[in-house]
Amino acid sequence: MKISTYFLALLCPVILLSSCKKDAEEVTANTKSTFSIEFENQVNGSPLVLNTTSYKNAKGEDFKINVFKYYVSNIKLSKADGTTYLIPESYFLIDASKSESTNITFKDVPTGDYTKIEYTIGVDYARNFAGAQTGALDPINGMFWTWNSGYIFVKLEGTSPQSTADKNLLTFHIGGVTDPNNTIRTFATEINSANPLRVRADGKPNMHFIVNAAALFTGKTDVSFATLNFTMGGTNSVIVANNYANGLFRLDHIHN
Amino acid sequence: MLFLSIALMYACSKNEDEVAQEEKKITFSIPANFPAPAYNFEDNKLTNAGFALGKKLFYEARLSADKSVSCGSCHQQFAGFTQLDHKVSHGVNNCQGKRNTPPLVNLAWQKAFFWDGGVKNIETSPLNAITDACEMGTDIQTIVAFLKNTAPYPDLFKQAFGSTEINSQLILKSITQFAAVLVSGNSKYDKVMRKEGGISFTSTELAGYNLFKEKCTSCHAEPFFTDFSYRSNGLDLISADEGRSHITGVASDFGKFRVPTLRNIEYTSPYMHDGRFYSLDEVLEHYNSGVKASTNLDAQLKNGIPLNTTEKEQIKAFLKTLTDNEFIKNTLYSES
Repeated sequence: MKISTYFLALLCPVILLSSCKKDAEEVTANTKSTFSIEFENQVNGSPLVLNTTSYKNAKGEDFKINVFKYYVSNIKLSKADGTTYLIPESYFLIDASKSESTNITFKDVPTGDYTKIEYTIGVDYARNFAGAQTGALDPINGMFWTWNSGYIFVKLEGTSPQSTADKNLLTFHIGGVTDPNNTIRTFATEINSANPLRVRADGKPNMHFIVNAAALFTGKTDVSFATLNFTMGGTNSVIVANNYANGLFRLDHIHN
Repeated sequence: MLFLSIALMYACSKNEDEVAQEEKKITFSIPANFPAPAYNFEDNKLTNAGFALGKKLFYEARLSADKSVSCGSCHQQFAGFTQLDHKVSHGVNNCQGKRNTPPLVNLAWQKAFFWDGGVKNIETSPLNAITDACEMGTDIQTIVAFLKNTAPYPDLFKQAFGSTEINSQLILKSITQFAAVLVSGNSKYDKVMRKEGGISFTSTELAGYNLFKEKCTSCHAEPFFTDFSYRSNGLDLISADEGRSHITGVASDFGKFRVPTLRNIEYTSPYMHDGRFYSLDEVLEHYNSGVKASTNLDAQLKNGIPLNTTEKEQIKAFLKTLTDNEFIKNTLYSES
């Protein structure tokens, strides 16, 4: 008898608590919505076509691209008042050979007008050394170095007549998170406050980014394929990362 | 009613206990003389089914390119989970790798793996051997496809992880359940340290232990008999293998390798990153008279480690107290 009295006493606040929580959820549910990002892969203003189309780097050297893949992670949105929203578990692999990978939809984003977006080009330090991952970070995606733990952040493979490598190959595997060869770069862009990213219950905006693959080879250091045609981490990867840090992504427009 | 349901639950759990008693519960046990581990199964709950799956995968030669090599081919239990009589790993298509197979022991305390420390998490370590052209020579896609289409693997994954879904993450987590449980902490040395059952060193072993503490522990630190650092011990004037600098890109790391554990060293021959020494006598003679002035030679080895014949015998006697027969012969870890 004593026990069941205690039990009831315990039960009452539980019921109260659970009803409170439900109300709170209903309120927040109304304030979340969806937006999407499209990454349009290009090379110096032309559409990126794998394997067949020839492009020119800043040195005027011809090249073709067979593989172009990159990670975008830790996407953070900011409002004009300085409040931010970090999209949880935001790890995405965009692969030019998989058109579905170039469109990403984000659900359960708090509604509001966002005036800035930033994200990591690559994968943050901790995840490079974390245990076995799945999804975009699954090693099956061919973006994980097995001999020197860590992700390949940006992978571009192709050919150039100027390349001195076997079969004129270009192999740019950019990654590495420890100094002095840390290649983690963050991209940030302000959004025109006249046309911010309006995440509304009845509005699901789309952000359209242009991704310029040729940005790997210019920006800070113009790369000649005669001298740099192969890198898998290390100092040459830092040169390439410094190039693409600002030039790889450009916010083109927003459909609100 | 409440009491009745509690009674029912109790009865259920009791039955389960009785069933479980037929099979020994796999546990990860930390020897009393060891510190807290780096890997603690927090995100990879250790279960009998997970361990059993990991062990089966560890001994599964069909995972390799020519179906001839399993993890267990180069990590043999009787050799302390390294490969007896092989200077370097011997992989698919009779390919010879470039480094000596490291023993798999006390990995849960290790934060970086392989001779050069290139891999930073135990869970992702098997990927290196799986993909190396001179080891298993395959890739994770092929392995996932093979396991999905090969009984009894889908059932085993379901028992271990609750779903017949097979992906690289679950493969790696189950192998880790096996590999991280490989704890060797019951050698004579350990029992002496823990003052178990009145076990003590012989006078020769004790003399060896005292010499060891004087001359060796600054690198081969207790209780793992490595401080997990990377050093050059002067094997060659110019190392043929760049070692640690391959990972860091730093010139001062050229020719450095991780200080290896000495646990079960009686059975882990041959020695050094390239397996150049077949006997402990050769190893000790190297430190006595063979240390070369390599570029990044460890400062403590500038003058080698002078050892006379008696001292060598004493150190050897001590090193043999690091043999853990309970570990080497534990059928729980054997191919079944």
